[in-house]
Amino acid sequence: MAGVAGRPGAHIVGAYEHPGRHLPDHTVPQIHAEAAHGALRDAGLTMADVDAYYCAGDAPGFGGLSMAEYLGIRPRYLDSTETGGSSYLVHVQHAADAIAAGHISVALITLAGKPRTGGTPPGGSARPSSPESPFESDFGMAVVSGYALAAQRHMYEFGTTSAQLAEIKVAASVHAQYNPNAFLPNVVTVDEVLESPMVADPLHRLDSCVITDGGGALVVVSPEVAASLGRASAVVLGAGFGFKGASPGPIDLTHTAGAYSGPIAFAQAGVTPADIRYASIYDSFTITVLQTIEDLGFCEKGEGGRFVSDGGLQAPFGRLPFNTDGGGLCNNHPANRGGITKVIEAVRQVRGEAHPSVQVPDCDLVLAHGTGGSLATRHASATLIMTRSN
Amino acid sequence: MSEPTTPTPEQSGLPGHAPVVTPETAPYWEGLADGVVRLPRCLSCDAVIWYPRSICPHCGSTELEWFDTSGEGSIYSFSIVRKTGGRWGAHTPFVLAYVELDDGPRVMTNIVGVDPETLACGDRVRPVFDRVDEAYALLRFTPA
Repeated sequence: MAGVAGRPGAHIVGAYEHPGRHLPDHTVPQIHAEAAHGALRDAGLTMADVDAYYCAGDAPGFGGLSMAEYLGIRPRYLDSTETGGSSYLVHVQHAADAIAAGHISVALITLAGKPRTGGTPPGGSARPSSPESPFESDFGMAVVSGYALAAQRHMYEFGTTSAQLAEIKVAASVHAQYNPNAFLPNVVTVDEVLESPMVADPLHRLDSCVITDGGGALVVVSPEVAASLGRASAVVLGAGFGFKGASPGPIDLTHTAGAYSGPIAFAQAGVTPADIRYASIYDSFTITVLQTIEDLGFCEKGEGGRFVSDGGLQAPFGRLPFNTDGGGLCNNHPANRGGITKVIEAVRQVRGEAHPSVQVPDCDLVLAHGTGGSLATRHASATLIMTRSN
Repeated sequence: MSEPTTPTPEQSGLPGHAPVVTPETAPYWEGLADGVVRLPRCLSCDAVIWYPRSICPHCGSTELEWFDTSGEGSIYSFSIVRKTGGRWGAHTPFVLAYVELDDGPRVMTNIVGVDPETLACGDRVRPVFDRVDEAYALLRFTPA
């Protein structure tokens, strides 16, 4: 199988989503570890096989050092790249590169957190030492109101409506009804989204993702290891990263860094948006999905509202079946970061292991996309394109 | 200056505290205290730099000058915040916004002294030098 830059592709052969959504009696490292063991079981590997470990800002203590010790591994490769919710897709990219370079053969990636139980509120990455902090921290911006700025501008420039944004939540809820672990398992209507309390115009409560405890893990391996396991895997064909901030300025709120990460991933994979059968799209808020769909080239900039309407995102037969686990909007947004769950559901789809009611037929090419940071300020996007191993 | 009994646009009553001032940013904060929006401009590529810093993010030059802008601009985007946590929770509804200055930068801010329901993207605004203490002010805006 052709892979990144023509090299043999890395295989995601283990993917596990912790079933918990409220875990007051768990510690954060414990959730990391339970997820890690779950993903290794899925792969048919053990902790002793792991030679590379990847984690992000949700890892406790000294990050990768604390977690490597807790897990009982002795990695010879460690990466704690922190890009918020997109970190875990970046980790897959970095693991694929390290595998292609021959440095590692079994990479473990974990995420875990307990925002449902309490602790760090969403968007807690800003520190007083940040150079931007004096110019942003005194205006009352919270996570949702920042994304509201992006939604308001998109509406102003392109005529996008609240009802169109609501269609995204509706599609996620239609999918979530089949997920027994979903935090919000009930189907909602456009009217119910529009009638939910306005938090920060134009975003309502139901335009927002859930706040859940939980975690997930991925195991990325070399083609040789994958061949030894006899387990269907997701082969990484393309991986792209993109950063967007306010400089060189001025900031534009109508596009995301997906406009940069997407073309890299598509070019590496040698495919086009029209070839994608299923997409996991980061869904911190409905506007995140709408802008990302445009930026990845599934439709023209400004056409996202029409694209998502009339069940356009609903599996199995919509224009672009998305987030068939219910996504961050309905299922799970562990540690206030939905990145790893995006990869996990894409792996389920490409393996044919999604719920039968939402499994996309002949799902041989999938995309997973993460967004970390804020659409209102600075963020990083990561895009993965994967196919099924033979 | 006498203490007003009700908030005026010049003292909005919104939360604020003295900024972290560094040698890179001091002229900006001194400008606001004097009632001027003072920004750095690159002498090499002519870019107006936001947020203030000592190295041009456009071309890398360190040859910058501070200049006084009109401070006026228009609303690039805004949100009426109706529910939020922390110390801002007692101030809802308030308006979070980006204002595009006539000199180019888009700056995060609040729109004060106005019925939020009347606002629209593109509305003209003028600066409010919102005192947070004896020495410092924050840059907020009100309709022109």
